[in-house]
Amino acid sequence: MAGEKIDIGYVAQLARLELPPEQAAQLQCELENIVHYIDELAEVDVTGVEPTAHAARLFNVWREDGVGTSLPRETMLANAPETVDGELIRVPQVLPGEGSN
Amino acid sequence: MEKNLSSRTLAELASGLKAGEFSSADIVRSALDAVKTRDTEVKAFLGVNPELALREAEAADARRAKGELRSEWDGIPVGIKDNIAVKGEKLSCASKLLAPVVSPYDAMAIVNLRKFGFIPFGRLNMDEFAMGSSCENSAFQKTANPRDVSRVPGGSSGGSAAAVAAGLVPAALGSDTGGSIRQPAAFCGVVGMKPTYGRVSRYGLVAFASSLDQIGPLANSVEDAAALLAATAGADKMDCTCLPNGCDDYVAFAREGAKTPDLKGLKVGLPKEYFGSGCSPDVAKVLQDTIEKIKSLGATPVEVTLPHTKYAVAVYYIVATAEASANLARFDGIRYGDRKEGADLIDGYFKSRGAGFGSEVKRRILLGTYVLSSGYYDAYYLRAQKVRTLIRKDFTDAFKACDVMLAPVTPTVAFHFGEKSDPLQMYLSDIYTIALNLSGCCGLSLPAGTGEGGMPVGVQLMAPELGEARLFKTAAALETALRK
Repeated sequence: MAGEKIDIGYVAQLARLELPPEQAAQLQCELENIVHYIDELAEVDVTGVEPTAHAARLFNVWREDGVGTSLPRETMLANAPETVDGELIRVPQVLPGEGSN
Repeated sequence: MEKNLSSRTLAELASGLKAGEFSSADIVRSALDAVKTRDTEVKAFLGVNPELALREAEAADARRAKGELRSEWDGIPVGIKDNIAVKGEKLSCASKLLAPVVSPYDAMAIVNLRKFGFIPFGRLNMDEFAMGSSCENSAFQKTANPRDVSRVPGGSSGGSAAAVAAGLVPAALGSDTGGSIRQPAAFCGVVGMKPTYGRVSRYGLVAFASSLDQIGPLANSVEDAAALLAATAGADKMDCTCLPNGCDDYVAFAREGAKTPDLKGLKVGLPKEYFGSGCSPDVAKVLQDTIEKIKSLGATPVEVTLPHTKYAVAVYYIVATAEASANLARFDGIRYGDRKEGADLIDGYFKSRGAGFGSEVKRRILLGTYVLSSGYYDAYYLRAQKVRTLIRKDFTDAFKACDVMLAPVTPTVAFHFGEKSDPLQMYLSDIYTIALNLSGCCGLSLPAGTGEGGMPVGVQLMAPELGEARLFKTAAALETALRK
């Protein structure tokens, strides 16, 4: 992978990030430097080594299957940028069609 | 001159409260005064809520009058990093994207803290989403190092370390993903501790890299750090990675170490990879002096090896950014945060995220997306996870030959603002702290001397998973010896 060019536009598309052109050029250059550095992992012999996904010894955790209380709707909607009568989060139009609402 | 109440240790405050020398409201007023005066220069706090803090202090004073104390520390304020949820307070992670967000609930660490009567106090500055080593990545303000305001306080818990070092609050909570508690603690000259992964619940901690993040204390003494860990740690059904194991009496171990600083029979591992040429001479000198001190307490230094140390930075910046790119995908301006309108739904995501995230956050999301993307996953992410296994094994093997390890925290003392403008150089300055997060073990940064420019130098003590009791006892003994 050494010396590989990063298609910053494609990666930004995957990450859903809008980048102004001058920022994209600088980020590409910085990312290529960083990727060049992390390429040193290629020299480690990892034959037969299991990957570690987590620092904790993961095990399944069970809880009682009981009815509990949740946070009130008004508390949870207080942070929404826009609501419909304080009952629903108003989101931008999802499907193409005539007008919104 | 009498020390401000807000700059005293928890132990001093607890005994003063008990003796009736001052009230909890006096301590909170002292902290509020310090924020109004000293913090105009340090800029550790993003905000405080004076009415709320005073109301809680008065409630604590009322409990004390009735003899219904929640703990000996009931009524003492603790500063909170801006990525830990406190009900009714802002939770911005020092990001423009989350600037409007107010926490609907308390993080479990805060729930636990309140059970001990501690008062969550204010919102402390940080690198945006805890990504950075200098606090320069905050979207709102640059926090200065109280020891020299032309230098950075470290990061990402720079506000927490600076607030304690400047005496604005007696202690604070931070979070440590790759050194974000220990490094600023070392730069500012306070005690900072990263618990074993899973010791403190992450419920209500805004996730950066879920397999590495841990909440931990920053304080004026080892005993105080032990008290804060005791008040925050423990099993939690809301976080399935939180360890079910019971907690040792951390404070008792810290007090024992301080009272009888005797380390006879203790084997202190010196990982040879941490003692190479990477350390500046002033830091190396403090480390050598500390080794002599440890010997004078009866401990035996032994050389140990962590052979995969040189790969830790690369592994970390693959694993942490991959997890961050997934964790930060939820911030799209739809359900909360600063929404920017786009031509359609998807364009709105691009605009909200493009405008809301700072450049370091974008850099890490892009790197994480890249290493997870089709064609690169095996070469980077999977390989990094395998090398992480080897790094973890290094720690397991090293701890077979010693009880604790001693190492530097940072290669240099606190640097100046703007000094590390190249992101890779900034990443490489984390070399001594990040392997510990990858291993899951616990560690503590203890102020041990001064270096260039009279700036504080910290030394790092590391212990195996759930070795907190041993860590506190050793650190308290060393702290007592260093103060003599």
